[in-house]
Amino acid sequence: MYVEFFNELLNGKLVGLRCLDCGTVICPPKCTCDNCKGRNLEKIELSGYGKITSYTVTYVAPMGYENEAPYVVALVELDEGPWIVGRLDVDAERAESENLIGKRVKVYGKEFPSELFYPNKERRIVPMFEMVE
Amino acid sequence: MEVVVMGVGQTKFGTHSDKSLPELFAQAFFEAFDSSNIELKDIEALYIGNFVGEITDGSANLGGFIADEIGLSGIQAMRYESACCSSAVAFKEAYLAIKHGVYDCVVVGGVEKLKSAGTSVGTRALATAVDGVYEINVGLTFPGVFALVARLYAETYGIPLEKLREMMAYVSIKNHRYGAKNPKAQFYNKLGNLKVEDVLNSKMICSPLTLLDCCPMTDGASAVILASEKFAKDRIDEPVYVRGVGQSSAGSLFRQKREIVKALPRRKSSEMAYKMAGLSPKDIDVALVHDCFTIAEIVALEAMGFFDYGEGAKATAEGLTDVGGKIAVNIDGGLIGKGHPVGATGTAQIYSAVKILRNELNFVKVDAENIITDTLGGDFGTLVNVILSIHRR
Repeated sequence: MYVEFFNELLNGKLVGLRCLDCGTVICPPKCTCDNCKGRNLEKIELSGYGKITSYTVTYVAPMGYENEAPYVVALVELDEGPWIVGRLDVDAERAESENLIGKRVKVYGKEFPSELFYPNKERRIVPMFEMVE
Repeated sequence: MEVVVMGVGQTKFGTHSDKSLPELFAQAFFEAFDSSNIELKDIEALYIGNFVGEITDGSANLGGFIADEIGLSGIQAMRYESACCSSAVAFKEAYLAIKHGVYDCVVVGGVEKLKSAGTSVGTRALATAVDGVYEINVGLTFPGVFALVARLYAETYGIPLEKLREMMAYVSIKNHRYGAKNPKAQFYNKLGNLKVEDVLNSKMICSPLTLLDCCPMTDGASAVILASEKFAKDRIDEPVYVRGVGQSSAGSLFRQKREIVKALPRRKSSEMAYKMAGLSPKDIDVALVHDCFTIAEIVALEAMGFFDYGEGAKATAEGLTDVGGKIAVNIDGGLIGKGHPVGATGTAQIYSAVKILRNELNFVKVDAENIITDTLGGDFGTLVNVILSIHRR
């Protein structure tokens, strides 16, 4: 499930699930509904749009990620309801000087080298958030 | 069956690169054992909390190795892993076993060597406690998790971020003040007189959290002898009663959405502990809470019912979380001042709680009858609260 999610993200598609019992949208996909815990779920494509709810500039990165620092990690509330975590496509300076909470973004996928412990040993795909306003 | 704590032990927190995990744990165990008036043959089981022995020391399956190191080879020995909550979960499991008459006397504790692992490996090891597919790939770290919580807290409660940073700094100032007095703390005799500016201007780790907003990487161990009241009363004069235990869980940070500032699993866990103890937050004299970061102490106190949601930061800045305030919080230094040997932290909080209840901490004197501990694993993934008392229910 997670491999397909990331592969589709690289193709420009944000995929998730809709619960056929209660209508809740789940993204990234999960084996049970976030709301009613049901398993009657269908695959859907989300719009990929949302707004920033929180973010942080990471200066001290873990082993395997040091070359990418500083980078901006953000929580985004998607238009369909779910929250996802990804990287904001802005430099550290802008993220520190401006309050970006509430700004609209669009998600896309970007490929990075995998690392020792990541379950996909081939590559690591990161949801990136592009500012759209 | 009432469950009580007999002896407790804790190593000095800091750097122990010269000791293996079993050797380090043995130091804490011997202190607990030697103050319990028991014999080795009395101990029926070993519960050990450890988070990332595989990564820091290339070592797993620690139960047997540790049991053998401390002279208990052959007993039932098991290792528990729930990130920073590892030994708190081990404590809860040990509590249940005694409560239900499976054992009369066990040892429960934890050990970790994160400081010796270095910052880069240590940060990656800690980050195994975020979602291993959807959060780590982004490079989310633990300072990162609580930095996200801090910004969302500011936004949710309409507090300007710079103002919140100042209020958060008081957590660091207070906990370092106590940590500097605690001979077993990593920062003993250090950082005891911080100013708000010192915290704000220290090295930025994950904005808005600076180095002094964060607990350190720590090597250390802690141990507790847990027993039935009947077993303990024949051997020691001052058993400390385990009055309430609560536990709860949650999934990935992003799936908790806006609730991350409310730490709902902690509310559930602490309510369970209060109910079991027959006590409420107003009955608690001291809270030893999971201040892995300054903002973490604030959201913990709100979720545990000491302050309304959104009021914890202001209360902290006003001194209400110090001795003489509304609730004395982390007067052993907390994770920030004392150190955070992840898998050992839960039972290290039990160590401090028992020492405070017995009036054995020389550097801080408080008249405490009831103390709550609060241990958090991951980004609210595992929560354990324990209420200890000098009185039986």
